[in-house]
Amino acid sequence: MKILVCIKQVPDMESKFKVNAAGNWFDETDLAWRMNEYDEYAVEQAVQLKEQNPDAELTVLCIGPERVKETMKKALAMGCDRGYHIADNDSHLKDPFAIASLIAGYAKDQSFDLIFTGMQSQDRGSAQVGVLVAEILGIPSLTTLVEFSYADGTINAKRELEGGTKAKVSCATPALVTCQLGLNTPRYPTLPNIMKAKKKELLSVPVEELNPPALLIETLQVAPPEKKGGGLILEGDPAELADQLIKILKEKTTALA
Amino acid sequence: MKILLVAEYRDGQLLGTSSELINFATSMGAESAMFLVGSENKLPSYNGRIYLADSGQAGEFNPDGHKQLLLEVIAKEQPQMVVLPHSSYGWDLAPRVALALKAAQISEVVEVRDGHLVVPACNAKLRRQLKPVTDNCVVTLQGGAFTPSEEPSGTPEVIKVEATAAGAVQFHGYEEAAATGVDLSKADIIVSAGRGIGKPENLEIIENLAKALKGEYGASRPVVDAEWADQSRQVGTTGQTVSPKLYVACGISGAIQHLAGMKKSEFVLAINTDKDAPIGEIADVLAVADLKQLVPILTEKLNAL
Ligand SMILES: Cc1cc2nc3c(=O)[nH]c(=O)nc-3n(C[C@H](O)[C@H](O)[C@H](O)COP(=O)(O)OP(=O)(O)OC[C@H]3O[C@@H](n4cnc5c(N)ncnc54)[C@H](O)[C@@H]3O)c2cc1C
Ligand SMILES: Nc1ncnc2c1ncn2[C@@H]1O[C@H](COP(=O)(O)O)[C@@H](O)[C@H]1O
Repeated sequence: MKILVCIKQVPDMESKFKVNAAGNWFDETDLAWRMNEYDEYAVEQAVQLKEQNPDAELTVLCIGPERVKETMKKALAMGCDRGYHIADNDSHLKDPFAIASLIAGYAKDQSFDLIFTGMQSQDRGSAQVGVLVAEILGIPSLTTLVEFSYADGTINAKRELEGGTKAKVSCATPALVTCQLGLNTPRYPTLPNIMKAKKKELLSVPVEELNPPALLIETLQVAPPEKKGGGLILEGDPAELADQLIKILKEKTTALA
Repeated sequence: MKILLVAEYRDGQLLGTSSELINFATSMGAESAMFLVGSENKLPSYNGRIYLADSGQAGEFNPDGHKQLLLEVIAKEQPQMVVLPHSSYGWDLAPRVALALKAAQISEVVEVRDGHLVVPACNAKLRRQLKPVTDNCVVTLQGGAFTPSEEPSGTPEVIKVEATAAGAVQFHGYEEAAATGVDLSKADIIVSAGRGIGKPENLEIIENLAKALKGEYGASRPVVDAEWADQSRQVGTTGQTVSPKLYVACGISGAIQHLAGMKKSEFVLAINTDKDAPIGEIADVLAVADLKQLVPILTEKLNAL
């Protein structure tokens, strides 16, 4: 069995974001990078599937600049067997179709039985790449999964819908699934596994060799949202803050009445 | 410009998002038609053509089947834009249609500005203005971003479309969320814990504040996913929708899916170390502080009142 998991490296969402000089994305100075949260669930599910099928081979793929290798190493330490890095300093300017085309371009001759992606990336949140990869490859895809099981060439899964309802779905492999928060409990890499990961293969291929397609979307502007204002911002010593808050709750709400 | 709207239907019901789709078309000043896999007995109020496929025949969840039907309607109507809700139905179907049309897809549109589509990035801390380079495009709309001030009216002209063959995905029915635990929708005061509590032991700090305020405690999704709190405590699109008199969000960033569940609260107090956290956009008061310090002191002072 052959498995692929696609991950993206994203900045910590608690960062302060400034628009870059070109005005087309954020400035990377001082940002801390991590694995896209949804992709942690994808990696965990792929690793669990590999553990169930010990002859399985699990490849992790990531498109991005040199720094994304750090995040790929985390996936290797979680249990992926090898890494395929598409080295691209401009990955942040690519649209979902371009990213999906690069992934599908790699996957098309590899006959993966199962491909895992996150349901969306935290920075872009397009929720497109996974489904696009499957459609380009002409394989079925199941999205927004909160439960997954695989046996004998069939995936049984639950999709999460609004209001907490779930839809029970199934399909035959080869297939692609997109992983939603809460699908499993992503493991923390152990120290021995982090050491082992250092020896695993991590192949890097320049994107220029892979003929990325032309963009379908043009970015006209990136800007912080306009502050609608209204809200009061309070800072300072916790004890004083608490007094201020109690005063506000008394004046503005019936909570203390 | 002509827009094709894709309404959604689930478990015998037309979903409310159809009015947002109609309002979007109006705000674009566009001519529109609608596509729906649903039922004749549950049609939206709409002054236009609806291409209707029967969900009994087409399957309520059948991505390949719905894609085929939609592509047939697109071939007839020749819209420049196909618009879906950014929902579990929409984000599943939209890329399938976009790829078949070789069209750009722009996801989770929150605003139209100077005729261009605006989408959020980085947990709403940034906004991108985008333009499709392709002749046609597929768009998904963020829930709530285009809610009309008045419900649309009118009686649609129905054109029936026949469902095609089954697809590669089988649908085996729904599983409803277990209706156990607390009903937060009835609470007047809710104090919610977010990932900012850091560890499960700190949930007690939040519970204590809720008690001091004689309210209930709630939680954001990561707290529930980590099993620090029960599923019935979750507030948001995939949890409960609440509208208390006071909502205290502790260590919650304010992701759209959380906001959707609590933005109707009368008064929102947010406690967050990040002054730029998007919760600040809807909070009446944002106290920039470490909840581990502020919340116990606040609780103590409230108990002493
Ligand atoms: C389809 C879908 C459905 C979803 N449904 C829901 C839903 O129903 N409900 C829901 O909540 N989410 C839902 N989500 C997830 C949502 O997108 C966010 O991931 C989630 O709401 C984030 O929770 P959070 O704010 O607690 O965590 P984070 O976004 O990680 O934010 C933590 C916050 O805590 C602050 N913080 C950290 N330490 C401290 C401290 N010591 N003191 C004070 N503040 C601190 C940080 O500054 C940050 O703002 C859904 C997502 C998807 C894709
Ligand atoms: N640069 C990338 N490299 C590898 N996988 C990616 C990349 N961008 C997105 N993906 C995958 O596609 C999913 C959906 O991303 P998006 O369509 O951007 O919301 C992510 O969760 C990843 O699994």
